[in-house]
Amino acid sequence: MAADSLIFIFLNAAVINNFVLALFLGICPFLGVSAKRETAWNMGLAVMFVMLVSSISAYGINWLLERFEIEFLRLICYIAVIASAVQLVEMAMKKFSPALFRALGIFLPLITTNCAILGVALFQTFREYNFLQCLAFSLGAGVGFTLALLLMAGLRERLELASVPSVSQGAALTLMLAGLLSLAFMGFAGLGGQHA
Amino acid sequence: MSLPNQEEQVSMDTFLRGLWEENPVFVMLLGMCPVLAVSNSAINALAMGLATTFVLLCSSSLVSLLRKLIPKQVRIATYIVIIATFVTIVDYAIQAISLELYNALGAFIQLIVVNCVILGRAEAYASKQRLGATVINSLGMGAGFTIALLCLGTVREILGAGSLFGYSLFAENFQPWVVMILPPGGFFVLGGWLLAFNWYRQRRARKLLEQQGATAHGS
Repeated sequence: MAADSLIFIFLNAAVINNFVLALFLGICPFLGVSAKRETAWNMGLAVMFVMLVSSISAYGINWLLERFEIEFLRLICYIAVIASAVQLVEMAMKKFSPALFRALGIFLPLITTNCAILGVALFQTFREYNFLQCLAFSLGAGVGFTLALLLMAGLRERLELASVPSVSQGAALTLMLAGLLSLAFMGFAGLGGQHA
Repeated sequence: MSLPNQEEQVSMDTFLRGLWEENPVFVMLLGMCPVLAVSNSAINALAMGLATTFVLLCSSSLVSLLRKLIPKQVRIATYIVIIATFVTIVDYAIQAISLELYNALGAFIQLIVVNCVILGRAEAYASKQRLGATVINSLGMGAGFTIALLCLGTVREILGAGSLFGYSLFAENFQPWVVMILPPGGFFVLGGWLLAFNWYRQRRARKLLEQQGATAHGS
């Protein structure tokens, strides 16, 4: 596969260099909302949507900033756009699905400070992707994030039934599990991506 | 976690709280992404810790100074813009000082913007406290964050590369555990530290309980 083909970019973002398990982006929601599969799925969808919107806007902004040669404002612009996109999702969700809105709780506004989303915007700028590549990249990242969240939620639902030593309950055990998951995902490196 | 609503008197505790009782990484589990991602060597961990401390200190101070001027409805947006400004400064400064370090840390310098520790401090502490208390508290939090990063960075570098701050520690035939400097190692080492702290805390609680039982019997 050519390194700049759309399919490769998608797969690379989704599994080979999975945002959560290989690049450590978006760990907070990964540990915070992965207790139940349903909330994990909804969180994944919300993140995917915000990622897509912010990726498209970031592409536009970067084009504009480069025209006027004021790239040092990039970070501030990106984060402002992401914050507005999150606000949009929040309002839509409050209107159409109040139950879901309550289930996600504090983690919904916190999508703003989800590094995976700013990460997508920054990486696509560094790698100088064109518009279609940006779309593939952000979709792949979103799918990868949702996949990691769902896998983790499945594991944690199983763990509810297991008896673990009291000393390892909570975050410690979750992190160990994440480590194992990450180890498993390293197997995807054989698909052709070099480790970033 | 105690969040003082009135203005706090500055004391030693203002600083020390960030180191242990409310350690951002080990206790509050905030700002995990950079902690896991750039702790693959001690020097990266130290640089990241210092950069974050600088941004934390500057942005909290500014938020604290402006706390009466910032309207409540747009406060989060304001905080983010303030934080982003300082991160841009740090980003360019590191690029000028050491390009090698800049490449090693990669996008994670710019990602300090979305570090929840910083926004959390601005929202929960700096927006309510006077400048003096804020400065000391942010220094404590920054130190706690840096120490946590170093805890991970040293363990991962020693086990994963057999060196510390780039100096080789073991004899030639040491077989490094490469997995420790790869992504899974980050999760494992942080999990290990949390296990150790849990164990210590449980043991202390048990001891305290036994002591109380003994004094109750005595009287």
